[in-house]
Amino acid sequence: MGRNRVAVVGAGMTKFVRRAQETAKELAWEAASKALESCEMSLDDIDAVVIGSAPEAFDGVHMKSEYLSDACGGWGKPVIRGYVGGGTGVFSPIQGWYHVASGLFDTVLVICEEKMSSCQPHPQGAFLTIFDHTTERPLEPNLLWIFALEMNAYMSRYGLDKRDIATVSVKNKRNAADHPAALLGDAEITVDDVLNSEVLAWPVQRLDVSPITDGAVALVMTAEHVARRVTNQPVWVEGVGWSLDTAYWSNRDLSYPTYVEEAARMAYKMAGITEPRKQIHIAEPYDPFDYKELHHLEGLLLFDKGKAPEAAAAGVTQRDGDLPVCPSGGLLGVGNPIAAAGLMKVAEIFWQLRGEAGARQVPGQPKRGLAQAWGDLMQVGTVIVMGI
Amino acid sequence: MEQHVYDTKYLREQDFTEGRVLFETWSPNARYAWDAGVAIGRFLQGLKAGQLIGTHCPSCARVMIPPRMFCEHCFAPADAFVPLQDTGTIITFSLCYVTWDMVSLEEPQIPAVIAIDGASPGMGILHLVGEADPKAVKIGMRVQAVWKPDEERSGAITDIAYFKPLK
Repeated sequence: MGRNRVAVVGAGMTKFVRRAQETAKELAWEAASKALESCEMSLDDIDAVVIGSAPEAFDGVHMKSEYLSDACGGWGKPVIRGYVGGGTGVFSPIQGWYHVASGLFDTVLVICEEKMSSCQPHPQGAFLTIFDHTTERPLEPNLLWIFALEMNAYMSRYGLDKRDIATVSVKNKRNAADHPAALLGDAEITVDDVLNSEVLAWPVQRLDVSPITDGAVALVMTAEHVARRVTNQPVWVEGVGWSLDTAYWSNRDLSYPTYVEEAARMAYKMAGITEPRKQIHIAEPYDPFDYKELHHLEGLLLFDKGKAPEAAAAGVTQRDGDLPVCPSGGLLGVGNPIAAAGLMKVAEIFWQLRGEAGARQVPGQPKRGLAQAWGDLMQVGTVIVMGI
Repeated sequence: MEQHVYDTKYLREQDFTEGRVLFETWSPNARYAWDAGVAIGRFLQGLKAGQLIGTHCPSCARVMIPPRMFCEHCFAPADAFVPLQDTGTIITFSLCYVTWDMVSLEEPQIPAVIAIDGASPGMGILHLVGEADPKAVKIGMRVQAVWKPDEERSGAITDIAYFKPLK
């Protein structure tokens, strides 16, 4: 099967904020216009549009991609929206990739937008509908439950120390202090701050969790002949993968994200990666909770099962460590506007590989990186590998 | 990349409480009546009678709870309903000190995934643990369903009030 080579040539984003004055459409336009401007392209140059956004219930707007389409440059163009919950932010550029790799389009604008703040009194109210309506919702579950249940399963299985896990939150919030769009950057935060923060659903504490956020991110993806014309620094999509586990989440082994491993193996195979620990230079795994970064690093085969926490505590995943992880500051630091947060990770890999990450730039001129997101009912893994 | 970040406007709570910004509100009136379906319908009937029920896959021989009409591994139809015990083992749990809208709780709720005896290994359901010292709850702890009295049972997952530690 022939596949055309696909590059990311531009990226832009809004600031990530707790509550934006802008509407969802205005946020999407801000990000889209910044991405086009970054590669000196205009909407006339774009063949098709991919939109990513999480539940309609956040916005109280049905058919959100139609609602967002004008702001995403979709007028008079082929538009598609893919949706895999929290995994959407990495799935959308995968859709952008196959739009171009298939030969159907030469240029695609990919926009992920999320405005969580509209949902009152708390966007958790909209999230709760992910639980089974007959066997679970009558128990009046709280969304934090499933993360706490998973974190406890992970910690207990491998006898993990919460102090090691808390280093992830500290690292990411400190990294985010250097990100111009970050909501929760904090250069001074310590492990004790995390361990002393309010217990929400043990073992999950306040500073283990990413915040409610509004924001949008956009990328421009093109075929090789266009990329060569518009930039001398294309970042190539080398591999993509995604996989879904069962929705019967209470029947799964919650201590290991098998679906992430399946997605990673698909992406690595496409990219010709046989030794990910040597061949991946930077990683942006999904980190809505600190333990999830570690859980996902293991699923991505970058650390042995149960071994990511001690590596994190030893500094391996710091920006100047052997494997910089979430140099952006991640969801814990930059913020978590669901779909936009995943695409922010892809944009970070783009900026890092081009050497444009400013104060966040990892040393050593990384040549290959990956971004990964996770979502639906804790069951989907989405992975993209990019290189120069 | 700093020039590629849009200078988005950040609102604060006072902007709303002090009327500095305009906004519109809406409270949806959306109500639903969900059909329980074939497998869960039988499951609810069992709960009303004080009995947990699973289904059996003839292909991989798994006994599955929550029961389902098809096995998602084999994609084969389940061939039998199987009565299960009302005892089980805590696979994982949490001590939750907040409600869904982040109001603090004095006493924690104890949600848990409980592997049910008689089902295949690892086949858990979500429920609550009660009559337990939160500090004493452990993974691997044996528990038993505490059923509501007959006349209060309606054919719902809440016909089990909670699971309590087995002495």
